[in-house]
Amino acid sequence: MADKRCSGKFPFCWCENENRVWFFQYAACNYPTAELFTVIVLFRQIQQEIPLEIFLGEYLPIAVFFAIAIGLSAAFVLSAFVLGNQRPDDEKMAAYECGFDAFDDSRRQFDVRFYLVAILFIIFDLEVAFLFPWAVTLGGIGLFGFWSMMLFLAVLTVGFIYEWKKGALEWE
Amino acid sequence: MMDFLTHEWAVELGWILLQILFVIGPLLIAVAYLTLAERRVIGFMQLRKGPNVVGPFGMFQPFADALKLMAKETILPAGANKVVFLFAPMLTFILSLVAWAVIPFGEGLVIADINVGILYLFAVSSLGVYGVIMAGWASNSKYAFLGALRSAAQMVSYEVSMGLVIINVLLCAGSLNLSAIVEAQRDMWFALPLLPMFVVFFISTLAETNRAPFDLPEGESELVAGYFVEYSSMSFALFFLGEYANMILMSSMTVILFLGGWLPPLDIWPLNMIPGPLWFILKIMLVLFVFLWVRATTPRYRYDQLMRLGWKIFLPFSLIYVVLTAGYLLVSGNLPDVSLG
Repeated sequence: MADKRCSGKFPFCWCENENRVWFFQYAACNYPTAELFTVIVLFRQIQQEIPLEIFLGEYLPIAVFFAIAIGLSAAFVLSAFVLGNQRPDDEKMAAYECGFDAFDDSRRQFDVRFYLVAILFIIFDLEVAFLFPWAVTLGGIGLFGFWSMMLFLAVLTVGFIYEWKKGALEWE
Repeated sequence: MMDFLTHEWAVELGWILLQILFVIGPLLIAVAYLTLAERRVIGFMQLRKGPNVVGPFGMFQPFADALKLMAKETILPAGANKVVFLFAPMLTFILSLVAWAVIPFGEGLVIADINVGILYLFAVSSLGVYGVIMAGWASNSKYAFLGALRSAAQMVSYEVSMGLVIINVLLCAGSLNLSAIVEAQRDMWFALPLLPMFVVFFISTLAETNRAPFDLPEGESELVAGYFVEYSSMSFALFFLGEYANMILMSSMTVILFLGGWLPPLDIWPLNMIPGPLWFILKIMLVLFVFLWVRATTPRYRYDQLMRLGWKIFLPFSLIYVVLTAGYLLVSGNLPDVSLG
């Protein structure tokens, strides 16, 4: 347990002070309700020692942005429940099928080509993921880097031609 | 609990909150007026007026629509998975908002200036497909399911060519930071040397946002409304808002990657007097107008044509263009300088 809580890899390091770590563990192990209070005390000490910029760095605004976006969308959905009348009945809650009762369950077999597209997508999206770092550093890695990537692309292209000839890309 | 935050932290968090509200507020208003602009522009293109009754020029129409949707009942279909059903529109909306954290509105005017901005943008826009899949699957309705399948396959197909187009831009800019990509276009916008890629990118954004002529997932004549057929009230509105916020986001991505972001078209006197953010917004509006224009003029694609265009034309074409761009830049020695290490 001590190792888990005190690895100190994250920007906020718990392990600077032996006493503090001990206090935290003691409180957490013996008085579970004291954990929150301990966290707040520790959090305040961290704030005094570390400026905010280091805390998650440039990603802090993104985290705050996520929190606001989640709150906003939840508020929108809840507002409809508060403001609108909820009068459900059986017909209203039936799945829409142009006035018919639903013939059978909607979760059934579907065309295997969707699966093929997904597989193809994984291959090519990975390829793009490999291309990203290559593209920004091409000026530094020169001709060797260029030809290595060309070899990689050539291998993928062979596979792509095979897919094409096999008819995996046909949608008639 | 009052002294939970120290003074410095409170001030900084407050500043971040203020910045975020200054982005989200105008964005939501822009989304509202984009829906109005769409109806008005398409109306005029079809020689009719569009909504013009609520307020001057129909200016209050979006708010009337929003209030109406808010007062409606949220129908939870009996066969639906309730939690996933309600979470899907929220996810779509959240993702269309958070992407704006890295968009540079002007020189230094960005909430989070992360060094992998374009990667973040690409990742967040890729996640959008989950909202669609979740909605289609959780609704437990055939139309929703088919619409979601189509939509997912379509978004995924065009994402690949979008990724390859972005690689082209990165080769020219030499950085993943969005501000640096804009700065790299000071001499010439990437739309000129990479014109074919610009066209491919724009068409891919149309497919990515499920817009006409690629709006098959919601093809009214066959699928009723596609993946959100079972949605009503604010859950429907969130899909709607998310879709339009995504349109604006994709336009701003086009502007940043190809049309020089906040830079004026020419660095001469009357043009460079206009502040950067204004240029940025003007360019976004221009791209959005083309979105609407395309919708008013082109008929809907067939599904096999759509997949053919994505996999058999755009993908090989953009892949070859990556090789050509990289080869040309390497041979001519125009690659941006990179310090490794």
